[in-house]
Amino acid sequence: MTTTITKPPADAAPEPPENGRRRRGPKAARAGGQHHAGPVAYVILIAFTLVSLFPLFWTAVAASRDNARLAETPPPFWFGANLFDKIEVAWKDANLGEAFLNTTIVAGVSSLTIVFLSTIAGFAFAKLKFRGRGALMLIVIGTMMVPPQLQVIPLYMLVAKLDWTDQLQAVILPSLVSAFGVFFMRQYLLQALPDEIIEAARVDGASSWRVIWHVVFPAARPAMAVLGMLMFVQTWNDFLWPFLVLTQLGNPTVQVAVAGLGRGYTPDQALIMAGALLSTLPLLLVFAIFGKQIVGGIMQGAVKG
Amino acid sequence: MPTRHDAAAPPVKGGAAPARPPAESASEERRRARLSRRWQRDVRWSPYAFVSPFFLLFVAFGLFPLLYTGWASLHAVELTAPTDMSWVGLRNFTRIFDDEFFWNAAKNTLIIGIISTVPQLMMALGIAHILNYKLRASTFYRVVMLAPYATSIAAATLVFVLLFGRDYGMINWFLGLFGMDQVDWQNGTWYSKIAVSTVVIWRWTGYNALIYLAAMQAIPQDLYESAALDGASRWKQFLHVTLPSLRPTILFTCVVSTIGASQLFAEPLLFDANKGASGGSQHQFQTLGLYLYEQGWVNQHLGRASAIAWTMFLILIVVGIINYVISRRLRASS
Repeated sequence: MTTTITKPPADAAPEPPENGRRRRGPKAARAGGQHHAGPVAYVILIAFTLVSLFPLFWTAVAASRDNARLAETPPPFWFGANLFDKIEVAWKDANLGEAFLNTTIVAGVSSLTIVFLSTIAGFAFAKLKFRGRGALMLIVIGTMMVPPQLQVIPLYMLVAKLDWTDQLQAVILPSLVSAFGVFFMRQYLLQALPDEIIEAARVDGASSWRVIWHVVFPAARPAMAVLGMLMFVQTWNDFLWPFLVLTQLGNPTVQVAVAGLGRGYTPDQALIMAGALLSTLPLLLVFAIFGKQIVGGIMQGAVKG
Repeated sequence: MPTRHDAAAPPVKGGAAPARPPAESASEERRRARLSRRWQRDVRWSPYAFVSPFFLLFVAFGLFPLLYTGWASLHAVELTAPTDMSWVGLRNFTRIFDDEFFWNAAKNTLIIGIISTVPQLMMALGIAHILNYKLRASTFYRVVMLAPYATSIAAATLVFVLLFGRDYGMINWFLGLFGMDQVDWQNGTWYSKIAVSTVVIWRWTGYNALIYLAAMQAIPQDLYESAALDGASRWKQFLHVTLPSLRPTILFTCVVSTIGASQLFAEPLLFDANKGASGGSQHQFQTLGLYLYEQGWVNQHLGRASAIAWTMFLILIVVGIINYVISRRLRASS
């Protein structure tokens, strides 16, 4: 029994995209690479790559200059000497140390909670039979379509009433609702978790919670990791709601803090760019390290969605 | 099989030898019945236990606010005293019909929505098509084109504000190389919309390309083979095999992008930091999301802001229905 339980994650864990490719079978592999790309294709791709990266690169370039140099033509294309000074000032001015800590807490707590709740709910929707399953799933899908603007006003009233302005729970609690997460985990578990394993565990007398801990979590681990990263990125970059309930000098998240840098009549552009760079750097690092897995996760979610 | 071992354990308790078999089977039966009742209860109710945390949170932070926004939209509520609500009926809604700023924002949202979504999805299709070839370092391209997606809206908008600067921006400098005049990207009616759309396009094209690529890889190879046998060129194959197979995915991305466009907020807010919520000196790039914020948090009329939110929602539902009807027609005709 134990071997059957641990086997699927053992080969699935390191590589969610592999997993998806294998399930689609050899056909998909051929469809993915029938013709070799010609030189034109490479030129277009490389141009697209450059366009994708240039604004990020230039953010760093601008952060290393000053207003005087940025007001010259042609604009600078390479680094100046001010990068670390500007970063230091931006760090202090925008309250970035606190902002990073806050954002890490918010994004960490919400993504972990979302992953956990989405996995158990997704498992129920994918593998358990119960009355109202279809209707409830429709509600989940419908929830994904509701714009957040329809929620912020009452939530804001609530936060004002509870005196939660500038408190992190005001940002964390509403962010825990993720219909996308439930949908994503359901789609994954539909295929990744064979019914026989659940049945075998059931015959052994395992309760539902034991099934969750010993069968579902191990099988869902690759998808949980991807969902966790996607949710981390999303909450890290969330703007509207934190902007409404947190203040820049009170207890900001990174986005709120950086948005405040641009005000004033002669703003220090290099400083703004330094803040923008800092705010994005952690996520770029995550993507540099786990990019392959994230790409696989997005593509897997897409095929089934 | 632990269940049976458990069930076999009790007989020690049994009394005299002759009485043993019936007593054992009775207790075993009771035990089994209890276990199976518990098991049944578990099977029956645990699904609800697993989905309930999500739905509890949804009711508290999703459904309740949604409905309460509707309730608030029928009241006059001020930001400074959110608990003081006085009934005004449909006045907040009737007001919207005469509100030129609302319609201006609606128009801007529609225009920015179209000029950000259409080129974005078309480029994404093209890129996905190229990525679907056999490529060297294909993972590299895929990861790099997600970098804009990882960049926060705030960071992306702030750097594009500089790039689009009228006097010293790199884009105007570049256009100047071709003898073009300086463009006032912040104040031009159309130019500002194009600039705001550019931020959206930059952030989302790679992501959508990946979604299209995934759908392309799921197209069965024999469709292409039979098309090739019929003498279809690669372009014809793209038109007659790839595009029809991608139809559901394309519709899906259209819906998601429409919703995204209706929510545009941070890009126009930060695009002219000193104008803030007005969306430019002439409101030329004020979106509905931004207008809602201006009404609610700058002008402090939460009731009116709620009415705007619900009107947006109703418009979205209408758009959704149209989308659904079109997709059904398309499916019926194919």
